[in-house]
Amino acid sequence: MIVDVAAPKKLVELTVDGRTVSVTEGSTILDACRRLGIETPTLCYADTLTPVNVCRVCVVEVEGARVLVPSCSRKVEPGMVVHTDSERVRTSRRMVLELLASSVDLSTAPDAQRYVQEYGAAPGRFGERATVAQPVKVDNDLYVRDYSKCILCYKCVEACGVDHQNTFAITAAGRGFEAHISTEFDVNLPESACVYCGNCIAVCPTGALMFKTEFDLRSEGAWNEEAQSQVDTVCPYCGVGCNLTLHVQDDAIVKVSSPDDHDVTRGNLCVKGRFGFQFVQNR
Amino acid sequence: MDLRLPLAEPSDAEREAVDAVVGVQNANGGRVSRAERDRRHLLLPALRAAQRRVGWVSEGALGYVSRRLDVPPADAYGVATFYALIALEERPADVLHVCTDLACRLQGAEVPEGAHASPCLGLCERAPASLRTIAGPEPRELQLPEAGPPLPQAGEPGLRLLGRIAAGVDPESLDAYRNHGGYDALRRALELGPEGVLREVVESRLLGRGGAAFPTGAKWEAVARQPAHPHYLVCNADESEPGTFKDRVLMEGDPFALVEAMTIAAYATGCERGFVYVRAEYPLAHERLENAFAQARARGLLGDDVLGAGFAFDLELRIGAGAYVCGEETALFQSIEGYRGEPRNKPPFPVEAGLFGKPTVVNNVETLFNVLDVVAGSGAAFASVGTEQSTGTRLFCVSGCVERPGLYEVPFGYPLDDLLERAGAAPPKAVLLGGAAGSFLRPDQLDLELSFEAARAAGATLGSGVVIVYDESADLVDAVLRIAEFFRDESCGQCVPCRVGTIRQEEALQRLASGRANGNELEVLTDLTRVMQDASICGLGQTAANAVASAMMNLGVLAP
Repeated sequence: MIVDVAAPKKLVELTVDGRTVSVTEGSTILDACRRLGIETPTLCYADTLTPVNVCRVCVVEVEGARVLVPSCSRKVEPGMVVHTDSERVRTSRRMVLELLASSVDLSTAPDAQRYVQEYGAAPGRFGERATVAQPVKVDNDLYVRDYSKCILCYKCVEACGVDHQNTFAITAAGRGFEAHISTEFDVNLPESACVYCGNCIAVCPTGALMFKTEFDLRSEGAWNEEAQSQVDTVCPYCGVGCNLTLHVQDDAIVKVSSPDDHDVTRGNLCVKGRFGFQFVQNR
Repeated sequence: MDLRLPLAEPSDAEREAVDAVVGVQNANGGRVSRAERDRRHLLLPALRAAQRRVGWVSEGALGYVSRRLDVPPADAYGVATFYALIALEERPADVLHVCTDLACRLQGAEVPEGAHASPCLGLCERAPASLRTIAGPEPRELQLPEAGPPLPQAGEPGLRLLGRIAAGVDPESLDAYRNHGGYDALRRALELGPEGVLREVVESRLLGRGGAAFPTGAKWEAVARQPAHPHYLVCNADESEPGTFKDRVLMEGDPFALVEAMTIAAYATGCERGFVYVRAEYPLAHERLENAFAQARARGLLGDDVLGAGFAFDLELRIGAGAYVCGEETALFQSIEGYRGEPRNKPPFPVEAGLFGKPTVVNNVETLFNVLDVVAGSGAAFASVGTEQSTGTRLFCVSGCVERPGLYEVPFGYPLDDLLERAGAAPPKAVLLGGAAGSFLRPDQLDLELSFEAARAAGATLGSGVVIVYDESADLVDAVLRIAEFFRDESCGQCVPCRVGTIRQEEALQRLASGRANGNELEVLTDLTRVMQDASICGLGQTAANAVASAMMNLGVLAP
């Protein structure tokens, strides 16, 4: 829990779907929607990252605005009148999902899959089409990169950059449909600046970035999320005291994450906490 | 920054070329000194310098630029791969870029073996055109053919924007500029004071000529009253809309006028520093502007104390590297700052947080040229020309199936069919008005009055002043497919509606054109139009379906 000790903020009153709501100044439309319990799909948004508003699945209609606006980044203004379920909004959200599902493998992206169902997106209607299908990059023992599952949400770039890790190993490269996440000159991770903190894996919404352990189990058909338990503990390595969530299947740790709402780590870990768990299970 | 750099070293030639931009390295073990931080804005100039020296950007050169500017190599790579004219694989020093865009393909453009196809080079009046880039110790770029037809209105008196060009005034001489009315407007501006200039510009009701037609006076006032400093002035000379070449003609033919107009704008809005961002494909404009800046500086017309009037202003040329989207104002800021040219979400608008996050005036070249007339005369006199809502004169870039292609200056309200007649247009089957982001008109719509309001009422746009004429023999299917290809190619790739929408649009049109239709193409295209218009971040995606939709609905091209 993060306690905000700044001076109290003014409240801003606005209308969302005909209901009046007051939120603190500087809040986003998405905050207001959540306050009202209006479910809003998001893919590139995360509480712990600066909004990049690129996926456009959270767009809403603001009266007086020429085009739809991204609710994840647009700040509320007094008297704003917002519609989240108009025909325009539903059409754009459905199309965004249709475009993503038509070009990207969403098989390990449960949220995206759910939205595709909810909005009735029909990616098949584009017929024969270009996709981002490509071989998986397996260049180290800790995690793999499957960019055929990448929706280019920029979360990994943000996590690797100033938002979290300040390592700057990856970037968006190329342009248009050819745009992709890459190291410099597409070198393998061991030759790049990557420090294997795995904070990019933690924020990836589609499973494009995945623990090698998970990737191998999935390849063998042995990955079974229902049979897994999650155990919270404290990282044993240094004195910072990061919280770990161990994902355990068949008495073996298969993945490590960290709670987003932990006020020290905000979901982040270092290479030891993230990947240094083998000693626990050397039998 | 603690950077992990590539192992490859630059060659001496690459090092020298980069040093010419970023300065020679201090003898401090290769560390970046405190004074040398925050120089990321030199990234694109440094990459460009390396490429101009050896013809491409090698791993060694990119690593060296990264080290000198304290930019992560991955970031520098992301920026370099964003631009079409930066090569990251070795290639010959001498490269021919052949324009295959709208105007040039009407004149039978063909790409010879070994040459690269290029989007519009802004040489439409001399189509088919190309650009030759020659790397080496003395790099140069050549626009081919080197000269176009004379200005159609050459010798005609009374032109407001093209006056000096029509009169053949030497564009390389400050004295010649001054002998033909140059710097009268700045002197008048100093008499009026900043508030007086703002008043005249507001009264002129001058609307921006880059395509969005935003009131210039409102923009200037908004920046002038921003408490945050510094304020920046940016001239958007990244003109890349297919069929547009007006700003090139202005910069090549009358560069001092741009310097003077920007000085006035800076004086009125409190900017001490200005940037002119010109697309890479305009080498003659770069040369003429650099010359104009240097002469103006030498004569005290730019610098710490302009004309002894107690205000400071200086200008810097920034050159793009092949990216249409960088003409979008916030993408242009990103590009100057050394980032990928990905448009920002608005708000905040540039008047509040623009270049380097500071209040920024950004104006198109033609808009700034109009300011001279507004200030030298008066806002009211300016507004007496044109129509009620579209004041002054407007430049139109006429190309395609016409006898006298070129740049025409006419008062707003001038009928399109009269303009076509002056240009010697063959009886058209269609006219593309406003460029790839504009729309196609039918023959029965050509009596359109050329003003912002009349275009809007007709569901069209004047855009950047493009008028491309298609006669009976012209292939409109080919034009529509090219427009779709152009947007797919130029999308920055940041937001989903445009990144995937432009390629799906192209695929659907290709299916229709090749008889492989699924039967649902019209429905798909309509939905794509909606999502791109409604949910794209910037104007590129929002307009990427305009011309295509108008061709289908207005002309029945590819209509199933």
